[in-house]
Amino acid sequence: MDKATRGILLDPLHEQNPITLQVLGICSALAVTTKLETAFVMSAALTFVLVCSNTTISLLRNKIPGSIRIITQLAIIASLVIVADQVLKAFLFDTSKALSVFVGLIITNCIVMGRAEAFAMANPPVASALDGFANSMGYSVVLIYVALFRELLGSGKVLGSPVFASVSDGGWYVPNGLMVLSPGAFFLIGLLIWVQRSMTPTLQEAD
Amino acid sequence: MDFSNKYVLGFALLLCVVCSALVSSTAVALKERQDANKELDQRRQVIRVAGLAQAGDALPKETVDTLFESIQGRVIDRETGDYIDVPVASVDPIKESKDAEMSAKTPSEFKAAQVSRLSNRLQVFEVKTPGKECLVLPIHGKGLWSTMYGYLAVKNDLSEVVGITFYAHGETPGLGGEIDNPSWKAQFPGKSVFGADGVGLGVVKASAPRDKDYEVDGLSGATITTKGVDATIKLWLGPAGYGPYLEQFKTQG
Repeated sequence: MDKATRGILLDPLHEQNPITLQVLGICSALAVTTKLETAFVMSAALTFVLVCSNTTISLLRNKIPGSIRIITQLAIIASLVIVADQVLKAFLFDTSKALSVFVGLIITNCIVMGRAEAFAMANPPVASALDGFANSMGYSVVLIYVALFRELLGSGKVLGSPVFASVSDGGWYVPNGLMVLSPGAFFLIGLLIWVQRSMTPTLQEAD
Repeated sequence: MDFSNKYVLGFALLLCVVCSALVSSTAVALKERQDANKELDQRRQVIRVAGLAQAGDALPKETVDTLFESIQGRVIDRETGDYIDVPVASVDPIKESKDAEMSAKTPSEFKAAQVSRLSNRLQVFEVKTPGKECLVLPIHGKGLWSTMYGYLAVKNDLSEVVGITFYAHGETPGLGGEIDNPSWKAQFPGKSVFGADGVGLGVVKASAPRDKDYEVDGLSGATITTKGVDATIKLWLGPAGYGPYLEQFKTQG
């Protein structure tokens, strides 16, 4: 693998992570991470949308008139999001109910527009698809990390099966209600950003 | 790169056509599956609101079908309360309420629920499961943003509420959307339904004086949604809604 491809694939996971470094896509990272299952489905939906939108926009990049560039990207992204939403409603009805409006809100997820505008408009389709995939993975990793801890600490479960027996089921674990609420996700993302920047000092901004 | 205006317009038009074709073909292709999911989900709601299953139970399709064997869906005439002998699935009260021939204007005293027309035929689900007999009534009314669709279950002798649930609404998540919250819905079971002067069951602002036997606390931060739920209950249990049917059901047992 040459250096450029490596960069496209690995940067979004760590040094250019869309959530922890660029702080994009935060709202869904807070909203759909109370359970691991919804986080997985949301990640899958975003991956589908981002890979397809990056590829399509990259294929059309020399045909899209600059004056209607943004609305063209939006139309393509919105169509893909509706398709993803319809598929979820048909095949994963309960999860799609739990995700409610947040699948639809992928349209406004800054990662998708950001990658389309910053990468796909200037790069060939294969590289754009890889870039979309890698950024989705960067997003998914954070989402799954947050959801894992929120579900574990907030309700003592992982993927719906009990790990810590909660007090209400006659066990010992008192679920931490804060983790179920949005601030819990803020703390977890904050901690992750702290750890990440301590490990890689180059990521720290000058005061 | 410079593009002519003609090109820009043509591009935009083509993009719209392609995108709309993609979206509508997906929607059409998946409609059947989605409808099946929706029906299953509504049946689950009927089972839950009737207290035949716990809130956390998964309820796979087979269980739903088995439980539904003891639930009888009936179609009734809204004005007289008599049964109409047609299959329950053939009637869609929501759709019929938009047809002037098959519906009537909502009486003005119930205009708070913001339901403009009521269909002449209604569905009811009579739960015959021993020990859990109750009536499940589909209800709908307007909250702040959206029409809230749900079910209200009352005991066979109309003495108390068994449960309430909303399966579709577009209220603000975290505020009005809390009508989905199990701990809010848990206030309803056991409340009395009919008082000395008509429907007593209702929802009032948490700080307002209230009759504990009949009224539950509203949701803070969701005054209009709460009022909508209250008006919806009053409409459907009243004489313009299921009133005549409930009256008949009670006297005939």
